[in-house]
Amino acid sequence: MSNAILQYTTVFVLSAFVGIEIIAKVPSILHTPLMSGSNAIHGVILVGAMIILGSATTSAEEVLGFLAVILATLNVVGGFVVTDRMLELFKSKSPAARKAKTEGEGQ
Amino acid sequence: MSRGTLLDLIYLIAATTFIIALKGLGSPKRARLGNIIAAGGMTLAVGATFFHQTSDGHNLRHIPLILLGMFIGAIVAVPAARFMQITSMPQLVAIFNGVGGGAAALVSITEFMHIHAEKPATYVTLEVLLGVLIGTVSFSGSAIAYAKLQELMTGRPITYPGQQFINAIFALAAVALIVIILVTSSTMLLWVLLAVSFVLGIIFVLPIGGADVPVLISLLNSFTGLAVAASGFTLGNNLLIVAGTLVGASGILLTRMMSAAMGRSLANVLFSAFGSVVTATGADREDGRTVRSGTPEDIGVLLSYSSKVVIIPGYGLAVAQAQHVIRELADELEAKGVEVLYAIHPVAGRMPGHMNVLLAEANIPYEKLKEMDEANSELTTADVALVVGANDTVNPAAKTDPGSPIYGMPIINAGDAENVVFLKRSMRPGFAGVENDLLFDPKTVLLFGDAKDTLTKLLAAVKSS
Repeated sequence: MSNAILQYTTVFVLSAFVGIEIIAKVPSILHTPLMSGSNAIHGVILVGAMIILGSATTSAEEVLGFLAVILATLNVVGGFVVTDRMLELFKSKSPAARKAKTEGEGQ
Repeated sequence: MSRGTLLDLIYLIAATTFIIALKGLGSPKRARLGNIIAAGGMTLAVGATFFHQTSDGHNLRHIPLILLGMFIGAIVAVPAARFMQITSMPQLVAIFNGVGGGAAALVSITEFMHIHAEKPATYVTLEVLLGVLIGTVSFSGSAIAYAKLQELMTGRPITYPGQQFINAIFALAAVALIVIILVTSSTMLLWVLLAVSFVLGIIFVLPIGGADVPVLISLLNSFTGLAVAASGFTLGNNLLIVAGTLVGASGILLTRMMSAAMGRSLANVLFSAFGSVVTATGADREDGRTVRSGTPEDIGVLLSYSSKVVIIPGYGLAVAQAQHVIRELADELEAKGVEVLYAIHPVAGRMPGHMNVLLAEANIPYEKLKEMDEANSELTTADVALVVGANDTVNPAAKTDPGSPIYGMPIINAGDAENVVFLKRSMRPGFAGVENDLLFDPKTVLLFGDAKDTLTKLLAAVKSS
């Protein structure tokens, strides 16, 4: 086992714990936007797709790499736009809700 | 600082923005900012990658081709995400997740072809194969999930004899293929693995019912994350490992939280169709109990002369896209002096937050949406509980029948209202496949049909009464 694989495994294990820790207390209303947001984040495979296509030396690699870039871009761009659209709906409603709530408590 | 080190530093910054973003997405106030921060980090990482040096010390080749691919992806994704119906959101997430899985699988395959001649170490090949397997399962599974939600195929669980056995065979075949490829490093068998993974993704998803599909999408989302992490190992890229693992780990936890909100275990969501399909399909009335079904006119009068109506929306409302009609109905009733509230179950629509988004789209004031506890105290003084396309979330069996699959799930006490009106497509039980005693209650009236049609008829009846 090389040093590199050990280093990658370290990053993997620590990231797994961080991933579990940061979403441990999420209200159920945000589950769907969170799913959509993390969907956009795994679109980072675009970086991998760019590297693959950029290192391609045969035409088969070029074709597969090109496809990978298209699919990964769909994932990133679509993912962020959909999440933003979801959260837009929350945002436009919440100031009114907060106001209504404080008024309710004042009575 | 060398170019490689600088690039790694930028990747580190991007990875940090992803962590901050996921953290932000967990709080209503910072959610939108979090998403924008992640998008910023992503842009930074992608921009920096143009300066990547390949392992043989060249600059990135085919940059025009890369830009063309990104251009094609973007002009398809933006309109699709911007202009599709808000109710189609779960489908969109499914499809964008699926293409991500496909991209991860392609990256792994291409890297395998690229490094094949150099006889890579066994663990490198293993990472490639795992990337291909998980990415492809996510791709084909998401495609089926999309088809189910978009109603291109039946949303019901699809079962056949020996399903569990066949699925197990395919899963074992995939594992066996991975072992054989590790030993022989055969490119031919890689294509076989690809085909087996593709089929595995489809047959894994088929028995999962339409209403449970959002939980499934969350799981497939987590799979794609892991496939991306596997690609990161293969390419030796820390950013891919961090981002993929973050999504993989948080996705699994999120999936468990979503199934827990329905009072069920993840295993039950994924595999229950094997057992429950018999109850779900054989749900004809055999015990001779009768239900009372009413006309829109009767119910229209009942609603018009009430003083408080609590609307309980469910999956049926979302499927029928009836959120605007229900608002018109509520407006009409309010014009007649009726107080109208909405009772939102945490998993109404089987997707947490689904109803809030849907009703917000129809401009229903946020303060009229009552969460479960508050809704239940309102219901004790309500004249009518109007249940639109919901079933399991108002089923008293969750409180009274310890043998019921949904026992223990918190419910909305629709039965506490003076009258209960169900707008339902059919007598078919909800996804849990459980009989709902409330339907047979003497104070319950049923109106069958698509939620949008029945609500439109009710609206006309209320207007004329």
